[in-house]
Amino acid sequence: MSEKQTGSGLLGWIDARFPLTKMYEEHLGKYYAPKNFNFWYFFGSLALLVLVLQIVTGIFLTMHYKPDGDLAFASVEHIMRDVDWGWLIRYLHSTGASAFFIVVYLHMFRALIYGSYQKPRELIWIFGMFIFLALMAEAFMGYLLPWGQMSYWGAQVIISLFGAIPFVGDELTLWIRGDFVISDATLNRFFALHVIAVPLVLLMLVVMHIIALHEVGSNNPDGVEIKKNKDENGIPLDGIPFHPYYTVKDIVGVVVFLILFSVVVFFMPEMGGYFLEYANFVPADQFKTPEHIAPVWYFTPFYAILRAIPDKLMGVIAMFAAIAVLFFMPWIDRGKVKSVRYRSGAFKLLLVMLVVSFIGLGYLGALPATETRTLFARLFSVGYFGFFVGLWWISKNEKTRPVPERVQ
Amino acid sequence: MSSEVDNNRRRFLTAGTMVVGAVGMAAVAVPFLKTWSPSARAKTAGAPVEANIGKLQPGQLIIVKWRGKPVWVVRRDEKALATLEKVVDELRDVESDESVQPEYAKNWHRSRKKEFLIMEGICTHLGCSPTYRPEITADFQGGFFCPCHGSKFDFAGRVYQGVPAPTNLTIPPHYFVSDDVILIGEDGVA
Repeated sequence: MSEKQTGSGLLGWIDARFPLTKMYEEHLGKYYAPKNFNFWYFFGSLALLVLVLQIVTGIFLTMHYKPDGDLAFASVEHIMRDVDWGWLIRYLHSTGASAFFIVVYLHMFRALIYGSYQKPRELIWIFGMFIFLALMAEAFMGYLLPWGQMSYWGAQVIISLFGAIPFVGDELTLWIRGDFVISDATLNRFFALHVIAVPLVLLMLVVMHIIALHEVGSNNPDGVEIKKNKDENGIPLDGIPFHPYYTVKDIVGVVVFLILFSVVVFFMPEMGGYFLEYANFVPADQFKTPEHIAPVWYFTPFYAILRAIPDKLMGVIAMFAAIAVLFFMPWIDRGKVKSVRYRSGAFKLLLVMLVVSFIGLGYLGALPATETRTLFARLFSVGYFGFFVGLWWISKNEKTRPVPERVQ
Repeated sequence: MSSEVDNNRRRFLTAGTMVVGAVGMAAVAVPFLKTWSPSARAKTAGAPVEANIGKLQPGQLIIVKWRGKPVWVVRRDEKALATLEKVVDELRDVESDESVQPEYAKNWHRSRKKEFLIMEGICTHLGCSPTYRPEITADFQGGFFCPCHGSKFDFAGRVYQGVPAPTNLTIPPHYFVSDDVILIGEDGVA
């Protein structure tokens, strides 16, 4: 054992028993990240920040919340009105949910434009997609807990989606609900999943995501591998240690983020009905469906795809396919050039089509369906899936510009 | 004891142990998954319920709670019944072949007695509760409209074409205990 003892004092004592210094060096002090990170690289660390925020505020909310069909709605109002600073904790948590999706969508978009899903980072992307899935499950189940009208009927609609599965659909929905309709049983199990099961999975996935990232190293806006050019000590010439360089840079991002986040928390926590829907301030009523049901904004793009298709089963399949197709990005893109900076005009055009379609779908999904809107939703759905088909098509023999040997 | 290792035997035993372990794991998973099924209490709440329809006026709809779901009891007047003939060409499942209903309600008015419609108020699309639209207009012959995704149904809960709901609204088992009282949740005697 003695030869392992490298340092002295307390740190040396710990290092002989637990790889503290080793872990610090691998993930912070001697993790060399490309020196050309730009604006888009804030969102990974911001996602981590929001995750911590959600866990901390969530723990404090459970101290006052009651997962019971008769008490849930009132207990949320109790938190809002009677608990000291309860409104702040609750608004931090509800705003945090939307903020989580904003930073994650931007984080994913970063990966798309700089090819961060490409070889050798396929697993980072796939772990990330599982995080996205877990996040959607977490948000969906959390939204039932306030037990308002939108909680209730939103969950009713989403759980009914599984009823479209042939043969086992009805049994499956009954099993998920634990009752013939959404009820206390459903609320109680969603609470358990929301506060224990999914967060554990989420944390595990985040650790795997980061370990995989630090194994292969970060991509960058130029999409060149910095590990190809190392100095005599084996340190990438275009790399700088994550700490202190990027920890300090990320703090700037954190400060800006927290300013914007606070504006929402303190001045517009409902965000005009997009972050907290108005119908959710009415207690759940199982006999009365609200006039207009829309999911929270971060689900609306997928919901719009579901609605655009006039067949129940096909609509459900299309909606899940819209998420599933993302998992295959590393293989749909057959190109060798990573960054949009050196890719063809066709790729840029496809990216624009994806962004327009996604935002268009998100906008339409929040509105009641009319004939014109359905037509547009179909158009945007084609645009969304068209990105993946088009990318597969053009990336085989793409006319790209020469990629520089080193970071510019 | 021989010092030679019988690799085949070792592989067989390893595989055998793994299979037994996997079967055990699967068996243990069953009780955990089963806890999600409706509890005895939820099933009891699914027992049949009685409703008094003696005071129901023509055109009126009352909601009865059965298995936590809204069940509608509608007393249809002659005008409403007359529309059922007119809309046939616009329906998706006129004969209710694809839809859920007891045998005695698989007819053009989808009920035991022409006058009374007893139907689950849950849209077959994604489970919203449609609204009752008894007004007969030029555009819509009256019936039910689901606000969530725009599905339309006639006065017998039959679904129109070109809307997302796949089948007609579900008719629960029911029978007339007397002229004024119905029991929802049981077929009774015909």
